[in-house]
Amino acid sequence: MDCLRVAVIGSGPSGAYCAQSLCEEPDLDVRVDVFERLPSPFGLVRYGVAPDHQKIKSIVASFSEIYKDPRVRFHGNVEVGTHVTVAELRERYDAVIVASGASVDRRLHLAGEDLPGVYSATDFVAWYSGHPDAPVDRFSFDTERVVVVGAGNVALDVARVMCRTADELRRTDVPEHVVEVLAESEVREIHVAARRGPAFAKYTNKELLELRTLDSADIVVRLPELVLDTAQEQSLAADTLAARRLAILHDLARTPTAGRPRSIHLRYGLVPEAFLGERSLSAVRFRQGESVVDLGADLAFRSIGYRSSSLDGVPFDAASSTIPHLQGRVLHQERPEPGLYVVGWIKRGPSGVIGTNRKDALETVGALLDDRRAGRLRRHSNLALAGAPIVGTQVVDWRGWQAIDRGERDRGRELGRERVKLHDRARMLALADAVGRTGPDVTDVRSGVPLLMRSTGSGHDQGTGGRRRWS
Amino acid sequence: MTYVITQDCVDVKDRSCVEECPVDCIYEGERMMYIHPDECIDCGACEAACPVSAIYYAPELPPEKTVFLAVNERFFETIGSPRGARKVGKSNRDEPSVAALPPQERS
Repeated sequence: MDCLRVAVIGSGPSGAYCAQSLCEEPDLDVRVDVFERLPSPFGLVRYGVAPDHQKIKSIVASFSEIYKDPRVRFHGNVEVGTHVTVAELRERYDAVIVASGASVDRRLHLAGEDLPGVYSATDFVAWYSGHPDAPVDRFSFDTERVVVVGAGNVALDVARVMCRTADELRRTDVPEHVVEVLAESEVREIHVAARRGPAFAKYTNKELLELRTLDSADIVVRLPELVLDTAQEQSLAADTLAARRLAILHDLARTPTAGRPRSIHLRYGLVPEAFLGERSLSAVRFRQGESVVDLGADLAFRSIGYRSSSLDGVPFDAASSTIPHLQGRVLHQERPEPGLYVVGWIKRGPSGVIGTNRKDALETVGALLDDRRAGRLRRHSNLALAGAPIVGTQVVDWRGWQAIDRGERDRGRELGRERVKLHDRARMLALADAVGRTGPDVTDVRSGVPLLMRSTGSGHDQGTGGRRRWS
Repeated sequence: MTYVITQDCVDVKDRSCVEECPVDCIYEGERMMYIHPDECIDCGACEAACPVSAIYYAPELPPEKTVFLAVNERFFETIGSPRGARKVGKSNRDEPSVAALPPQERS
């Protein structure tokens, strides 16, 4: 059979696993182009996994291996929908896999949610991760009391990172401004408020245990909030991990505090009702059983999950904020869209850990390969030999990313740290640019795969006067 | 730190964990699965995938199961760090204390 050409939209874990499993398929002549809207690869591994979880982040080493395969190419700083459309990709590739994840935060839709002092956890995570879109001066911590609304690992990440000392942060890769701002933090008391009881908390036992290793914070759990109602008891009977989590919480509740400068309070059964304050936040109001509980706070984070954004030209179910699919085949009016697939959080919703995406990718790639064998993939051979119309951006290829990567390690050396993330998109692009550009409109003769054309719209244009179109 | 597979896996080997391990660090012995402690990145996917709850984050191991931290480690003494269980395939051996266990019967 002819070479299979696949475009993957998104370079996070689910996209990476699709590229990997396509390349591991024996006797498959395949080319994979991975499109990423940021100049850097790895998605939430780079911009979601907490900076003090460097061991988890080490997964990028195995993701990087994928790009050493000459059949796989990285096209960073290309936003599908802006610089190229899904329809244009579908015309030029046998299959397109949407792996764009879920990066938008969910809102509580409560009174006062837009008061100054109320943020989404996503904002904070993006800021401390050095995301290029996160304003450097977004946060200051000149306040003692913080409330985090949520019961997942991100809620714990937010609380834990706020408690890290400057020394601990310097052992991570967070940008220097993040270390400086958090080093000045006056935060003393953080309440992580879960709407439901402890049996339904979503954080993993590991994240819970990790809180105990914080030198700078006591962990406070209130025994009365651990009392289970019938629904929780039933759920616990069927969920060993949750039962183990409850045992950890009981252990924490029995542990006396040690007078550390900060405290993290894990709270349960607190249903958020409103954010209170005149000009800025002063308290978060909860209902706990029959009572009203106001937790004083000048800073609050909602951490109640992510949702996906829709992509032009791809069916989307707004209610679940996912793409309707059958085993990874995108469905339009309940029928599979030929050659269009979905994987990861935008397929199954924002849950699971990195490894969950591996299994998920195997399902999607399995469906894709089945469709190919059955002749269900359309082929547009007349378009195959020409460049995709990438317009208005400087494409960062793998070499470009490696230059950014070196720049981050160089920056770390200057500051006596292992690595310091670059958060400034212009700086990242300049580093990538310095290692040269992919030639314009070059086609890999052997495979017929187009090497993407680059045009920045700022003098590096190939003289075609903007977006190239096929007649 | 690392995740650790314990005795509940012996003679079960459901292998759901293998599919979800992002770094392919769960190796198959004759009677149980073993996690490579140096290759594990602590993500926890395996723990949630295991249908018999045999997998623990090392600091959470109950006292009677802490021995399995060393059991998992010892399985790799002869093979080092192959960086990928798929290419190694199934092994017909076990860590000695596991090999010596009587057949594990479960209700």
